[in-house]
Amino acid sequence: MATFEFAFFCICALFCLLGGVATVGAKNPIRGAMGLLCTIVGIAGMYLLLNAEMLAAIQIVVYAGAVVILFLFVIMLLGPVAAQEPDARGAMSRYVGAAVMIVASVGGLLAIVRSGGGPLTMFAEPVGDMGTVEAIGHAMFGRGLVAFQITGLLLLVGVIGAMAVARGRHGDAALQKQRADEIRSAGPRQPSLVAPLSPHQPTTGARPSKAAAAAKALLSKEVSR
Amino acid sequence: MSHAVPLQYYLVVAGVLFTTGTVGFLLRRNLLVLLMSIELMLNAVNLTLVAFNRVHQANHDGQLFSFFIIVVAAAEAAVGLAIVLAFFRVRRSVRSDDADLLRN
Repeated sequence: MATFEFAFFCICALFCLLGGVATVGAKNPIRGAMGLLCTIVGIAGMYLLLNAEMLAAIQIVVYAGAVVILFLFVIMLLGPVAAQEPDARGAMSRYVGAAVMIVASVGGLLAIVRSGGGPLTMFAEPVGDMGTVEAIGHAMFGRGLVAFQITGLLLLVGVIGAMAVARGRHGDAALQKQRADEIRSAGPRQPSLVAPLSPHQPTTGARPSKAAAAAKALLSKEVSR
Repeated sequence: MSHAVPLQYYLVVAGVLFTTGTVGFLLRRNLLVLLMSIELMLNAVNLTLVAFNRVHQANHDGQLFSFFIIVVAAAEAAVGLAIVLAFFRVRRSVRSDDADLLRN
């Protein structure tokens, strides 16, 4: 029994850590989301080992069922843009920051391990209703009632905020802005397309600047409105 | 029922997971991966809370905290992904480097 429990823990820990590395290291965000799913399943298994059956179920339902699927929806909505290659700006500071974080956390872990020296904390026998739905319900609707109500308010505000942010402004205004963005992004590339067709244009530089000015005027109108 | 796994093992796993999330947040530039790294960190904290609750069994405060963190993480993922979509609509990109409208 004990070896079975230990083996289950090891499998869960492996799922967690490999999933975490896959999440962070994946070039394709869909693979990253799959790694996140792996981590979540591993953590749910650890909750089972820790007598938190209710939380294990919540973890699977909310994280694996809702959050990861939401991530996948957004990744597929964005299409190939979601896997954009990074540019090299500011790479060094990022690497330095990550290295400092790794060194600090590993050093902290080693310091804690060295300074402890005592025996490992083994868990006592679980009291009867540890982690059951009834016990969690009593705690949630007893001491945590106010927090639970505020949670409902938070979710309401979150839903409204997500809708308001993701929908943007009114439809036609967003469309005009998108059109202006396309004009602006197409501006510098215009001469190479246009020049062979209109050789009488004195300079090729005038046209993109005019297009950019038009786009800027359109944008400023958008902003002021 | 015997108990083969001590508390410290769970804490080590949670610490490594949290470090992984932080390093991903610092290293990566894809906004979606940044949000996933935040989820990793929240999961690590949840694991710590539940493991300590298993030691102090007099109440369920750790599991309750963990539940509320899951709720906040779900709301955060929804709002964060909405922000990513809005950002994508403006800049046609999901790189955090491209979020520099306030720079100049």
